[in-house]
Parts: sequence; structure tokens; C-alpha cells
Amino acid sequence: MSSNRIWQSTVGKKVVMAITGIGLMLFLVVHLAGNLLLFVPDGGVAFNKYGAALKDMGALLYVIRGGLLAFFLFHIVAAIQVYTSKKRARAGRYALETSKGGPSKLSVSSKSMIVTGVVLLIFVPLHVWMFGMNKGAPPPMVMIDGSEVKDIYTMVATSFNQLGIVVFYVGTMLFLGFHLRHGFWSALQSLGAMNPKWTPAIYAAGFVFALLLAGGFLLLPLYFFFFVDVPVAGTGGDM
Amino acid sequence: MKVQVKVWRQKNADDPGRFETYPVEGIIPEMSFLEMLDLMNEQLLKRGESPVEFDSDCREGICGTCGLVINGMAHGPKCACTTCELRMRDYQDGETITVEPFRAQGFPVIKDLVVDRSAFDRIISAGGYTSVNTGSAPDANVLLIPKDTAEKAMDAAVCIGCGACVAACPNASASLFVGAKISQFSLLPQGEAERKRRAVRMVEQMDREGFGNCSNHAECEAACPKSISIENIARMRREYMKGALTEA
Repeated sequence: MSSNRIWQSTVGKKVVMAITGIGLMLFLVVHLAGNLLLFVPDGGVAFNKYGAALKDMGALLYVIRGGLLAFFLFHIVAAIQVYTSKKRARAGRYALETSKGGPSKLSVSSKSMIVTGVVLLIFVPLHVWMFGMNKGAPPPMVMIDGSEVKDIYTMVATSFNQLGIVVFYVGTMLFLGFHLRHGFWSALQSLGAMNPKWTPAIYAAGFVFALLLAGGFLLLPLYFFFFVDVPVAGTGGDM
Repeated sequence: MKVQVKVWRQKNADDPGRFETYPVEGIIPEMSFLEMLDLMNEQLLKRGESPVEFDSDCREGICGTCGLVINGMAHGPKCACTTCELRMRDYQDGETITVEPFRAQGFPVIKDLVVDRSAFDRIISAGGYTSVNTGSAPDANVLLIPKDTAEKAMDAAVCIGCGACVAACPNASASLFVGAKISQFSLLPQGEAERKRRAVRMVEQMDREGFGNCSNHAECEAACPKSISIENIARMRREYMKGALTEA
């Protein structure tokens, strides 16, 4: 059967959403693990070294970025199609809509996936522009182990000392938490990797996963805003 | 007891429809919900108004004919219960009860609360059968099926095709119905021969009928009068992907 026919089916669409969603979740885990280096109280040496190591990956880094972008785009296109199919399929609104509870997983997070998703869609390009491209300005540089690298620690610390940016990041991470709360278990159910024996455990694991990821990302801006002063550019090295 | 019934009135598929509120008097708490609607219709007829159309048949929870959305819940507030099994003792005296038809593109309204669920028949026609000649009943224990597998197949086969899963799903998806119908065959040796083709054809027919995409809210399982698990939706997805990736 052609891959387009599978993609056009409701089941295939959700499988694509699940695979791309799991890929993006794995990326978030790696991203957070790297970002936790921001908590190392060494003036940014560890984090800048991590940034330099990523850059040293060379072509592989661009392959990963390309893959991520493709996953992101497929996830978005599938999400929009799922949303529009839902709008078409309901045909008239109910005057009242009430959950029966019991085994239902209907929740704020499950019902607001499109809203939380759109927030993340707006956030990601802004985030890349702010930290990946330093808002278009040449990035501050720092000497580490005798070579000049981007001082991304200073970029982060400077941004997270501005109230507006902190509020924007913390707010967005709450939306991420809600997105992951439904997304984690939904991805596995969409892949058919579920049976009633595991469902309660995996559904609970989804909550823990969302809490840890959103919590981890959310603490960073708060930590810088309340506990770290804006460093002078170029001091995040070991010279 | 007395209640107000805020009920959906719609002349035909082209009529936009509207709510009307009717008082219903003389209700006995032991009455079923459908008997209350019968009473309402008698009172409407006495007043010279046209009765409200609704579907029902066995009135004992096994035929899948009745199906209303009552106060925002398919088959009313109780889990594992059809509309006909619902009793008026579950409602307060003087309460206003909102009654709507199942709303879905795949279930067009015929009149008032009656919807056309023949989309389900077409999904079954697409693959919900075994076309092999199974002959007469074989000797006992010729086909060995583990007990838990047989139980799972039965748990799926209890589907009465009422469509509450579609009505309750925020996406109007028919995945629980199709998942149950695919599962009951895929778990048993009799369904093995046409297993892959069946899954692909039934899913594609479901899509053609205009049902929405399943977003794993699991509200269908809560609304299902037979408590069919969304495990069957997971199985449907496995069966479809296996079929789609290996069938020509």
C-alpha cells in the first residue's frame, strides 16, 4: 500500500503524530539535560563547553536539525488535519457536553492540544531567534581552553534577567506541560503500544514526564531572574 | 414527579433545528427514561402538538437502537448503561433535562432525535465478516483458543453498535466501534484469513463516512454501554498498520 494512502488514513495520521511527537519529546529530554548545565555555578564554563561541543559535531548537527525540523513540520501538518477533521465530523455543537468520568481521559490538557500546540508553534521560532541567532546580533564570544567560543551562557543570563522574557518563557512552559501531559500517553496509544494492564502506569508516567520536563525548563528563567546577576560579556570563560 | 424536557426538534436533515422545552407531568421514579419520553409524547398529542421522534426497540439494553445525548452525556449519566436502562429516579423533581440527538457528520439527523446510523452498516460491509465457509459446528476443543484470548474477543464482540462512542467523542470518531469489530475477528482463528484486508478496508470505510480522528480522549470507553476498552482502538491501529504495510 502506498505511503500516501497510509498518511491519508486517520490511523496513519495519528501514527505520524505519535512518531514525530516521541522524537520531539526525546529531543526535549536531551535539550533539558544540556540546559541543566546552566545550574553549574562556574560562571558558564560548563554550559559554553557544551555549546561548543554541539557545534563541533559539524555536519551531523545539521542532519539532526534537519530531522527535527521535518518532525516538527509533520507534527504540525498532521495536527492541523486532525483538528479540521474533528470540526467537520462533529457537524453541529451540543448544547451541553459533560464527561462521564470513569475511564475517560478527557481533560483540560487533552481538549486543549491544538491551543497549547499553537502556543509552542509561536514560541519555537522566537526561541531559536533569541538564543540560536542572538536576535540577529553577533553573539558574545569567550575564550575556553584556548579557543574562542560563543558565550551562550551570557546570552541566556542576560535574557533571563528581563522580566518580560521570563514571564513569556515561564508561561510557555506551562503550556508545554499541558501538551506533554496528554501527548506522552496519547503517542503510545496511537502507536497501539497499549493494553489495559499498563494504561494506568503509563498515564501516570505521562504526568510525571510533563511535570519534570516543563518544571525543568520553567525553573531556568526563574533561577536566573532571582539568583544570577547579568554577567559581563566574555567572563564566562576560564582565562 | 414533574420535569422540564428541553428537547431538540428538527423536521428533517435540511432543517437547522431548534430546542423546545416541554413540561412532563405524572412521572413515576421507576419509569425508564424512554417511558418518560412516551409520556411526554402522549401529553404532546393531547395538546395537539406533534410527538418527538426517537429510536428504541428492545428496551433492555441489548439491541443498540436507542441512543440520546442527555444533559451532555451519551446514554445519560450512568456508565455501562443504555438510554433505555436509565430510570427517572436518577433525576430530581422539577429538573430541566436537555435531550439531544447524537451529533456527527456520519450520523445525519433524520428527524428530531432519530439519526441515520447506516454508516456503521457500511463499515461492517467493508470487512466485518468472515467469508470463509465455516461449515457445521466443529467438535469441542478442535480449535484451541486460550481462555484470556477468547475473553478479549468476547469483550469486543459485546458491541451493540449503538454509536454512543461517536456521540461522546469530542472528534466524533468511530474508532471504538471499528476497533471492537476488528478485534473480535483478529483475536480468533476464524478471522485470520482476511485479517489484514479487513483492518485496512474497515478503517478506510470509517474515514470515508466522515468520522473524525481519534485523539485518545477515551470518553468513548466511558460512554460505551458495554464498557468496551480503548485497548481495542490500540489493536485496530496495530492491525491496520500491519495490513497497510504488508498488503499490496
